[in-house]
Amino acid sequence: MIDNRLYKHPILPVEDRPTFKFYWNDQELIAREGETIASALFANGIRIFNYHHKDGAPQGIFCANGQCAQCLVLADGFPVKSCMELIKPGMRIQPVNGLPELPAVDPESPLVFEPIEELEVSVLIIGGGPAGLSAAIELGSRGVDCLLVDDKHRLGGKLVLQTHRFFGSVEAVYAGTRGIDIATRLENEVRKFSSVKIWLQSTALAVFSDRKVGILKEGKKYALVRPKILLVASGAREKSLAFPGNTLPGVYGAGAFQTLVNRDLVKPTERLFIVGGGNVGLIAGYHALQAGIQVVGLIEIMPECGGYKVHKDKLARLGVPILTSHTILSANGKEAVESVTVAKVDEKFQPIKGTEKTFACDTVLIAIGLDPVNEFYLKAKEFGLPAYAAGDAEEIAEASAAIFSGKIRGLEIARDLGVYSGEIPNSWYETAEILKSRPGKTYPESFPEKETGVFPVIHCLQEIPCNPCSAVCPRKLIEVDRSDIRKLPVYYEERDGKGCTGCERCVVFCPGLAITLVDYRRDAQFPEVTIPFEFLKEIINPGDEVSLVDVEGKFLTKAKVVSVKSIKGNDRTILVKVQVPKEIAKKVSGLRLQPEISPAEAQYTERMADEAIICRCERVTAGEIRKLIREGLRDINEIKTITRAGMGPCGAKTCTPLIHRLFREEGVPEKEIIDQPKRPLFIEVPLGVFAGLQEKQEKKEAEDERA
Amino acid sequence: MNGLNYDVIIIGAGSVGTPTALFLAQKGYKVLVVDRNPSPGQSSNKRAIGGLRATHSDPAKIKLCLRSLKIFSTWQETYGDDIEWYKGGYCFVAYREEEEKTLKEVIPLQKRHGLNIDWLEAEELRKLIPDLNPAGLRGGTFSPEDGHASPLLAIEAFYRQAKKAGAQFKFQEKVTGLTIEGGKIKGLVTDKGSYGAEVVINAAGAWAAEIARMAGMDVPVKPDSHEAAVTEPVQRFFEPMIVDIRPVKGSANYYFYQHATGQIIFCITPSPSIWGFDERETSEFLPMVSRRMIELMPRLKNIRVRRTWRGLYPMTPDGFPIVGWSREVQGFLLAVGMCGQGFMLGPGVGELLTRLVAKQPGPDDEEILSYLSPYRNFVSEEKLK
Repeated sequence: MIDNRLYKHPILPVEDRPTFKFYWNDQELIAREGETIASALFANGIRIFNYHHKDGAPQGIFCANGQCAQCLVLADGFPVKSCMELIKPGMRIQPVNGLPELPAVDPESPLVFEPIEELEVSVLIIGGGPAGLSAAIELGSRGVDCLLVDDKHRLGGKLVLQTHRFFGSVEAVYAGTRGIDIATRLENEVRKFSSVKIWLQSTALAVFSDRKVGILKEGKKYALVRPKILLVASGAREKSLAFPGNTLPGVYGAGAFQTLVNRDLVKPTERLFIVGGGNVGLIAGYHALQAGIQVVGLIEIMPECGGYKVHKDKLARLGVPILTSHTILSANGKEAVESVTVAKVDEKFQPIKGTEKTFACDTVLIAIGLDPVNEFYLKAKEFGLPAYAAGDAEEIAEASAAIFSGKIRGLEIARDLGVYSGEIPNSWYETAEILKSRPGKTYPESFPEKETGVFPVIHCLQEIPCNPCSAVCPRKLIEVDRSDIRKLPVYYEERDGKGCTGCERCVVFCPGLAITLVDYRRDAQFPEVTIPFEFLKEIINPGDEVSLVDVEGKFLTKAKVVSVKSIKGNDRTILVKVQVPKEIAKKVSGLRLQPEISPAEAQYTERMADEAIICRCERVTAGEIRKLIREGLRDINEIKTITRAGMGPCGAKTCTPLIHRLFREEGVPEKEIIDQPKRPLFIEVPLGVFAGLQEKQEKKEAEDERA
Repeated sequence: MNGLNYDVIIIGAGSVGTPTALFLAQKGYKVLVVDRNPSPGQSSNKRAIGGLRATHSDPAKIKLCLRSLKIFSTWQETYGDDIEWYKGGYCFVAYREEEEKTLKEVIPLQKRHGLNIDWLEAEELRKLIPDLNPAGLRGGTFSPEDGHASPLLAIEAFYRQAKKAGAQFKFQEKVTGLTIEGGKIKGLVTDKGSYGAEVVINAAGAWAAEIARMAGMDVPVKPDSHEAAVTEPVQRFFEPMIVDIRPVKGSANYYFYQHATGQIIFCITPSPSIWGFDERETSEFLPMVSRRMIELMPRLKNIRVRRTWRGLYPMTPDGFPIVGWSREVQGFLLAVGMCGQGFMLGPGVGELLTRLVAKQPGPDDEEILSYLSPYRNFVSEEKLK
């Protein structure tokens, strides 16, 4: 029996939760309490959820975020998004084949309507992620009445998916703490304030011209909120990519992947391939390895990965092939992904014939960037409702930047409301800018000359906003420029006559896992090197032979593990000690986890080939749209009219950027393109919800029956 | 002024202007259509929900719409394009004596003018639409030859065929003035150029009064706005457009149907009317319409709403369109004030306008034009809005 659940994780706690039966078609399967339907299916090895009504194409998970309808299934006869609905005991799940049937209802059944809840608040915050929570703390601490709505079952936004320690500034944004733990800290903080009301499982649906915001409250009721000020902290959505096979089950976003693995604790794949070398893709790769998933490769179309070098180096050291100047040609497979074909690109980003490689994999993650979810902000502005945006909804950046921008927006709103009369410190805006900054200059690696005693070797070579190392050294031997934390850390051999004691705190605390400790004290010829390691302790034991690598993953030597240390204060980071010849000791940065992966040669496939799907909701191909562009169409509304691209459940969220990309490929200037208007609703909601229809009676009966 | 470049210039590539361009071009006229939007149908056509009926209470609209229905229903066999025509019929339901009386009263006139319509008693109606709430249902009219189509696909089809027949379209051009010499139309001026023609047709929908004023005419067309929505698609579970004309607080009527794609599309008429050009979505629409729809058809409670929008109905004082030549400016032809029925009237009106331009009146045209005259006294009232 297939069971893809994670029962152990190096970072995440795995609770022992009750299990129960459910059915997929007529097959009896086991679910764990708290799983979504999608996760329960993945846990049982099922990843084809339905067949599209237009062309019968198999469909699986795509956004895992309630935004599209790719994961539609029938749950006890009702069509539902399997990524958002929790599985219940005895539930009968079926794939949707073609159009679902609307469940029959006795036309004489009594109907009870309740009036739609309307309420006024000073501030409505959409999104309980890093930005929204930080803003709520600023406002709550000043007694401002706020309503914070979030569509998930718990607060924290994407922080709850982040197992790694955070970058940024220790003082400003909890750098050095793991994302999941920052979520808890922010949530605990915000819950202290009685003026902040929190609605979970509550999705903002629309900002209306009468300046009311429609909310699907707790997944089942409609409410209209009239705020004095709206704060949009709704985060980002992942950009999509068109290539043949781009809608096969197994092709999905890095965010969806992190949700399945780190929130729902299922292993949705055995062999993963990642497209995109930004932080999102790099971190997803790391999370996959932590969950025991093989990462067979990562490609980046640019000559360098756009994400932090420390993230890239981490992956490279663990044995993930990272191919820069490469693009995806196709995802291959009949009903689901079986392999991926990539090729090298020339300076115009065109694939070079003869450089194709195919990697066997079952999942392809698309992590090519994020777009702000800013439609509520734009609508509010259009309708004259005072509004702010914070975090990714304002500008795509790291979560640490989102925490800080939320804090600033919170105080700005407090000022607008007259509850804060001071100025917003200029230094706040400066810090915000620094936290948002993209990676800067990379320097060549240089090592301390000393070969005695004990000291850290800092393998941090790129300017990024980060300073935890400087905060943990008890002797203040590591310094990061306080006025600009993007500068590289500097190590001082001694301060006030006192040098490194080998306390290992810097090794443990560095979010980039970019500090090792070299200790010559016991054997100057074979010094001991301490390496940070964030994997399960049981996979590495003293005496094991490991392959040691330099900062970028180049093989140095094999060596035996001397000891493995895991102490409570390390917050789940393990320290692995090895002994190596002094010639390479300072170079050792990590150890390889994965065996070598070699791709197979492959056939050339045209990029953005005509069969690539642009609108996945309505199954509209690149070829259909390209033909219209070549006929001279420039109005996306007209393309929509003819092809239905953009008319599906996701509300043109996915296809619009892809259509723009097609225009670019066809050489059409952006200013000639006419966009389609954004209209409500943000997600599909049953008609009965808007009517205030009471369903209690029926639901209870259904539950009694099940019991 | 470029001289007399065209035979006819149509202002507005919408529900009326686009089919009119097709029929004129097919007749051999050199036609230009000018529209301020970037592509056809971008004002009110694309906001229409797609209902097509000849079920009206007056001979003019019945006759024009019967022609429209003929054109829509035979479009695919004639031209090949799928415009998602579906012959589901129209059903006006009655839950009260008042509506039963109103609906029954017009049936003889409707039949007399060639409409296939009958009164169905509650039981028959429930056979036709099993999911209707039976409580208090008295019956309703059913006109099986009415139906629906996609306004988007239909206008695109008219547009493509019109271009094929030789009509020219200028988009993203706003008409800034009419060229009138000695009481005769000579063409028009836009923000990008000027074009000559001895016939100019005002098919500017909600903006028709503004265009008419350029000819010194005061045409009583002013828009009000209605909101509409579309759901997810599901397997077909009923055939006709269902219209409930019971007025209640906040709304005069509402209607919905299941489109060829399986989606439910619905709309409500606010009461009192919301006058003006505001097309921005409001928070009042969904709670109001959803409750009425679910009360009528409880099964709808689980269908998920996908998208909402708001569009304009270019209204006239009596609820009937204004079609005919201007008496003040020779060569200026009005096809305005479709009162939200431009999509269903468009092809029929387009043929009528073509006959007017060609001076080849059909047998019923005099009667039709007398109902739709720009110079009527606007005192009657449309019963089946």
